[in-house]
Amino acid sequence: MSTQTLQLDAQGRLRHFLTIEGLKPALLTEILDTAESFTSVGEQTVKKVPLLRGKTIVNLFFEPSTRTRTTFELAAKRLSADVLNIAVSTSSASKGESLLDTLHNLQAMQCDMFVVRHGASGAAHFIAGHVAPHVSVINAGDGCHAHPTQAMLDLFTLRRHKPDFGALSVAIVGDILHSRVARSQIHALTTLGVPDVRVIAPRTLIPKDIETLGVHVYHDLRAGLCDVDVVMMLRLQRERMQGAFLPSEREYFYLYGLTEEKLAVAKPDAIVMHPGPINRGVEIASGVADGARSVILQQVTHGAAVRMAIMALVLRPGVERE
Amino acid sequence: MRISIKSGRVIDPANGVDQVQDLHLDAGRIVALGKAPAGFKAERDISARGRIVCPGLIDLSARLREPGFKHKATIASETAAAAAAGITTLCCPPDTQPVIDTPAVAELIHQRAAQSGKARVLTLGALTKGLAGTELSEMAALKEAGCAGVSNALHPLGNTLIMRRAMEYAATHRLTVFLHAEDAHLAAGGCAHEGAVSTRLGLPAIPESAETAAVARELILIEQTGVRAHFCRLSSARAAQMIARAQHDGLPVTADVSAHQLHLTDMDLGHFNSLCHVRPPLRTRRDLEGLRHAVAQNTVSAICSDHQPHEADAKLGPFSETEPGVSALETLLPLTLRLAQEGTLTLADALARLTTGPARILGIEGGTLGVGAVADICVFDPEQYWTLDAKTLRSRGCNTPFLGWEFKGRVTHTLLDGKLVYEFSK
Repeated sequence: MSTQTLQLDAQGRLRHFLTIEGLKPALLTEILDTAESFTSVGEQTVKKVPLLRGKTIVNLFFEPSTRTRTTFELAAKRLSADVLNIAVSTSSASKGESLLDTLHNLQAMQCDMFVVRHGASGAAHFIAGHVAPHVSVINAGDGCHAHPTQAMLDLFTLRRHKPDFGALSVAIVGDILHSRVARSQIHALTTLGVPDVRVIAPRTLIPKDIETLGVHVYHDLRAGLCDVDVVMMLRLQRERMQGAFLPSEREYFYLYGLTEEKLAVAKPDAIVMHPGPINRGVEIASGVADGARSVILQQVTHGAAVRMAIMALVLRPGVERE
Repeated sequence: MRISIKSGRVIDPANGVDQVQDLHLDAGRIVALGKAPAGFKAERDISARGRIVCPGLIDLSARLREPGFKHKATIASETAAAAAAGITTLCCPPDTQPVIDTPAVAELIHQRAAQSGKARVLTLGALTKGLAGTELSEMAALKEAGCAGVSNALHPLGNTLIMRRAMEYAATHRLTVFLHAEDAHLAAGGCAHEGAVSTRLGLPAIPESAETAAVARELILIEQTGVRAHFCRLSSARAAQMIARAQHDGLPVTADVSAHQLHLTDMDLGHFNSLCHVRPPLRTRRDLEGLRHAVAQNTVSAICSDHQPHEADAKLGPFSETEPGVSALETLLPLTLRLAQEGTLTLADALARLTTGPARILGIEGGTLGVGAVADICVFDPEQYWTLDAKTLRSRGCNTPFLGWEFKGRVTHTLLDGKLVYEFSK
C-alpha cells in the first residue's frame, strides 16, 4: 500500500500522520493555520479546549524521549483527551513480545490514537498498516526516516518570522545522514515552495543522492550559509565519533559549529533554529543559541500548538469515520 | 518404468537441440530421441504437444530450512515445491542449524531428501567451522560426504589471511569455493542499497562497494591460490563487469544471479515493503540492466532462485527488523522465461542458465537430454498464463514480492530419475 493511501482517507484528509513526503501544500498550510488558532489556548488561564474529550491517546515510545513525549502529552491534555504514556523498553521486546503483540494488546484497551516513536525507519508505517480501522497513528520519529511533527513546528515558527516562503534560502546544518528531522524538514520546505534548501555537513554525514530530494549540498559552512534567511541546526549525537564519522567534537565545532562570526555571512535578519536538545560548544555556540537571532525557545513553545492541530485534524472530532 | 514423452519441442541447450520430437526413457535414463529403439514399448505416454521439454532445472541456491528451522519449511515441503516448479536438483547452502561443517549434517540432509524423493539435494559444506571465519572446516571429509563445494554462506570472511588459507586448502581438495562477495564492515547493519531510495526512507544502507571491494579482494586471492571459485548472487553491474574482465584474463571464475535481481530494483521497496528485503539488496535500474547483460553474455552463467522461505512473522515488522529473503522456487522458471519473452536472451540461453550453466558450475552430470543422460526432465506449457497466488504456492514460505504477477509459461510435468514427481492438474 502506498503511503498516501495509508495516510489519507478517500476525501484526501489525514487519517494518520506518518510523513510529510507526498502531502499537498494546502494540507500543510491547513495544519499551520489550525496551529495558529490553538496558540491562544496555552495563553489562557484555563489552558484547555474540550475538542477531544472522551478520546484516549497512547504515547507509545520505543525510544527514550522526554521533550517530544512531553509536548505530545501536553497537546493531548489541552485538547481534553485522556493520555496514556507507555515506554516500551527494549527489554520487553527481547522477552519475545513482538511489536504487533504490543500493539494488539493496547488496541484492545479501546484507544483512539497511537503516538509512536521507534528506532526503526518505517515503524510508524508498519503500525498504521496493522491497526484497527478506528485507530490513528502519529509518527513521533521513526529511525532515520521521518519526524513530521517536528518539521511542522519548525515551519510554524519559521512562518511567523518569514511568511514569504517563496523567497527564502534555508540551510540545514549537521548530521543529515542520521537525521529524521532533516528529512522531514526538507520535504516540508520543498512542498511549501522554499526555492533554495541547502544541507551542510562533511561528506561522512551526507547521505548518498540527497540531491534527489531537491537540496543543494555544501561541505563548507561559510559557503553554505552565505546569504541564507534561516539556519536550521541539527543535534550532533556523541556516538558519531565511534563510527568514524568525525574525528572529534572539537574539530566539528571548529568547522561546523555555528558561531556569531560564521553567521555573519548569512542575511542580517537571518534566524537560527534548532530542534533541541542543544549541545553547546559542539554544534552551536552559546552566544548564538541565546542570541537575538535564535528562535529556539519559540520552537519549544509552538510544539504543543502544532501537535494539537495535527491531533485534531487527524481525529476530526464530530466527523464520523467511514 | 518406460515412458515416452511425445511430440514436445525438445530444447537441450547442452547439445544445441531445439526440435519437435519424442523422448524415450527407461530405467531412469534417456534411451532415445525421435524414434523409439527397437522393441521399446512405453508403459506410459506423456503428450507434450505444444509444450517444451527441457532438462530438469538445477537451482544453485535453495534453503530448505532443515535442520534447524523447521518452523519455516522442511526438506519434504520444499522439495515438493521444487518438483512443481520443474526443478530437479537444488543446492543447499551450509547455514543450517547445526551448520553443515561435519559429514553427519550433510548426510542427514541427503537422507531426508532421498526419503522425500521429489528432488536431488546437493549440499555445500562450510568453508570454516561453524561459519565463524576463524578455523578451516574438515573439507576433505565434507567432500567425502558428498558436498558439492564449500562456502561460508552469508558470513563473509573479514580476515583476508584466513580467506587465503581456506582457498588454498579448498584448492588442494579440488573443491569449488562459493563466495558471497560482501565486505562485512561496509555492509554492517545495512538493509537497502545505498542510494536515493535508502536516503529517502532513512534505511541503513549497503553501498555498491560492499560487493565490489569484496569481489576485488577475492579475485586477487583466486589468482594467487588457483582455486576454482564461484561468485554467488551478484547484485551490481560493476561486480559483473569485474568478473567478466577476470574471465577474459583466464581466471577460473563463474557467477550466478538470483532471478529477483533481474526483475526488481530498490524502487520496489516502495514504502518499506519487507517482501523486497533481500540480501544482497535490490539495487538500481542500471544494475538490473547490467546484470541482465551479464546473463546474456554468459558472464553470469546461472540464474538461481536464492529460495529463502520464511514464516509469516519473519516479514511482519519495520523493514530493517524483518528477515531478508524471498520464497522463490516457484518463480525461478517463470521469471527466467520472462527474460526470453522480453528479448533479453533467447529461449535456449534462458534455459541454459537454469540447466547446463549451473551443472557446469557444480561439476555434475545432468542438465542435458543426451542419450544415456539421467532422465531429469521438465515439461512446460510456454503459452499458459497464470497468476502467482499465495494460496497455490507449494512452498511453506509465502514471502514473495511477486504475488499477483501474471506469468506466461507453466510447468506441466517434472520427472526425476525417469519417474514422474509432479503433474499439473487444474
